[in-house]
Amino acid sequence: MSKTLIRVNSITLSYDGVNVIENLSFDICEGDYLCIIGENGSGKSTLLNAILGLKRPTLGKIELCGIKRREIGVLTQQNPVSKDFPALVCEVVESGCLNRAKNGLFINKSAKKTAFENMERLGVTSIARHPYRDLSGGQRQRVALARALSAAEKMLILDEPVTSLDAKTTYDIYSLIHDLNRRHKMTVVTVTHDIDAALKNGTKILRINKDSVFFGTVDEYLRLDEAKAYVDADHKQNGDDIPFGEGGFRYMGGAK
Amino acid sequence: MTLNILTLNFAQAISRLGEYLSYGFIRNALIVTVLVSVSAALLGVVLVLKRYSLLGDGLSHVAFGAAAIAATLGILDLEMITLPVTILAAVILLTLSGKKIMGDAAVAIISAGALAVGYTIMKVGGGEANLGGDVCTALFGSQEILASDTTDIVIIATITALLIVLTVIFRHKLFSLTLDERVARATGTKTGLYNLAIAVVTATVIVIGMKLAGALLISSLIIFPAMSAMRLCKSFKLSLLLSPIIAAIGALLGVLLSIILETPVGATVAAVDILIYVITHIIKGKS
Ligand SMILES: Nc1ncnc2c1ncn2[C@@H]1O[C@H](COP(=O)(O)OP(=O)(O)OP(=O)(O)O)[C@@H](O)[C@H]1O
Ligand SMILES: [Mg+2]
Repeated sequence: MSKTLIRVNSITLSYDGVNVIENLSFDICEGDYLCIIGENGSGKSTLLNAILGLKRPTLGKIELCGIKRREIGVLTQQNPVSKDFPALVCEVVESGCLNRAKNGLFINKSAKKTAFENMERLGVTSIARHPYRDLSGGQRQRVALARALSAAEKMLILDEPVTSLDAKTTYDIYSLIHDLNRRHKMTVVTVTHDIDAALKNGTKILRINKDSVFFGTVDEYLRLDEAKAYVDADHKQNGDDIPFGEGGFRYMGGAK
Repeated sequence: MTLNILTLNFAQAISRLGEYLSYGFIRNALIVTVLVSVSAALLGVVLVLKRYSLLGDGLSHVAFGAAAIAATLGILDLEMITLPVTILAAVILLTLSGKKIMGDAAVAIISAGALAVGYTIMKVGGGEANLGGDVCTALFGSQEILASDTTDIVIIATITALLIVLTVIFRHKLFSLTLDERVARATGTKTGLYNLAIAVVTATVIVIGMKLAGALLISSLIIFPAMSAMRLCKSFKLSLLLSPIIAAIGALLGVLLSIILETPVGATVAAVDILIYVITHIIKGKS
C-alpha cells in the first residue's frame, strides 16, 4: 500500500450556497495517475481548486500528508496571462523551477537545466526567446505545461492538459506524462474529457456527476455499466472512420 | 527672422538653465525628482502587471484626504498621518480586491470618498486664506520640491535604494506573482504576505511622491514609465530594468523643461512621461 499524499475528507464545495460537490471523500496516493472525469459544469475544476488550496471547502477538509505545496506542478484550465505581459518563453518555464531553489528566490544552474529539459520535451526550445504574449493558444499551452513539469517534483495537477493541442503533441504529452508516472513515480492528477486516454493511461478514475460519484481503479470503473456502454459506443464509432475526433487517439494512447 | 528669434530664445533658455543648475536647490530638486520617479517606475511594473494601476490612483486620493485632515488639525508633519492612513487603505483595498468582492468598485468608492471628505474638511475647518491654492497643491503637487534639503534627499535615496535591492532580490517571485497569482499560491508562495508588502511599498511611494506630483499626478509617474518599458521590451527582466531608466530620463527632462518653460515641476514630469509613452506607441505601432 503506497503512501497517502492528499486526503480528501468528506468535503462539500459550493458557490453562493449552491453545492457543486457534496460529501466527497477519496485519497491520492504516491504513484497514482488519477483521472477526474465528468460532464461540463460537474465541478472538476472546482475540486482541483480545492485540492490546490484555492477554494475553501464549505464542509470537510483536505489534508496534505506526504507532500508540500511547493513540490506540486500545476496547470490550470484558464490561462490568465494578459495580452501585454512582457515575458519570454524561457522566463515563464524557468519560473516553474523557482520552488526548487532553497530559498525560493533565485533560479540556479540545475533549475535552468530542468527548465531546458522540459522545453525540449515540449518542443518549445526553438521559441525559447520569443515573447510569450505573441504565441498561439496551443504554443502557450505547451509552454504552460513545460512550466508545470518544471515545478513538479512529486506531483502534477493538470486541468485538461491537451486542450487546444494538435494531434501529435497530444500523443506526445500523453506518453510523456505516462512515462513520468510509471518510471519516475510522479503522482498525476488530471481532469480530462478524453475518457479513452484516461482508461488507457490512468490508474484510478474519479467520475463526478450531478447525482453520483465513482472513485476506484480503472479496472473497477471498466466493470461499471456506463463504462461498458461507453466502450461499446466507442467500438461502433471506431467502425466509422473518424480520424481525429475526441478520443481518436485510443490506438496511440499510453506508451507502453 | 523667426529662426533668429527662436535661436535667441533657445540661447537664452540654455543660459538660464546653466544659471539655474548652478543653484544647489535646483540640483536637489533634480535629484529628488529622479529618485521619486525611479521608485514609482519600479513599483509601476508590478502594479500594472497585477492590474493594480487603479489601486495606485485610489490610494493617492486617500493620501490627499488624509493630508487635508492632518493640515486642518494643524499637524505639521503631514507624513505622520498620511503614511499610516494610506498604508491602512492599501491593505483594506487589497484584501477586498483579492476576494473579488468588489474589485474596482471598491477602489472607486474609497478614492472618491477620500477626495470628497478631504475637500469638505479643508473647506469647513481649514485656512480660509488660500484654500484654492492649497487644494491645487495637494492635487497637483507643489514647487516645495525646490526646497528639498539634504534630509529629504537622504530619506528618499534610502527608500529608493531599498526598493531597488528588494526588486532585484525578489524579481523571480514578482514574476511568478504577476504572471499567475493563483498558481503561485497553489504552489506554496505566501501570496498574501507579498501582496501586503506591495501594498505598503505602494503607499510609501505615493506618500513620498505626493509632494512632487500631487494626488492626481503621482499615478502617472507610477504607470507611464512602466507601460512604456513593457511596450518596448519582450522580457520581464528588461522591462524591470528599463522602466526606472525611462523614468529617470523623464524626470531629468521634465525638471529642465519646467525650468525653461517656468511650469510646475510635477505636471511637467508627468507630461514628459506621457509623451515618452506616446512615442513608444508610435515606435512599436498599435497592436
Ligand atoms: N467562480 C464561480 N462562481 C460561481 N459559480 C461557479 C464558479 N465557478 C464555477 N461555478 C459553477 O460551479 C459548477 C462547476 O464548475 P467547474 O468549473 O468546476 O466545472 P467543470 O467540471 O470544471 O466543467 P468543465 O468541464 O466545463 O471545465 C458550474 O455549475 C459553474 O457554473
Ligand atoms: Mg473545468
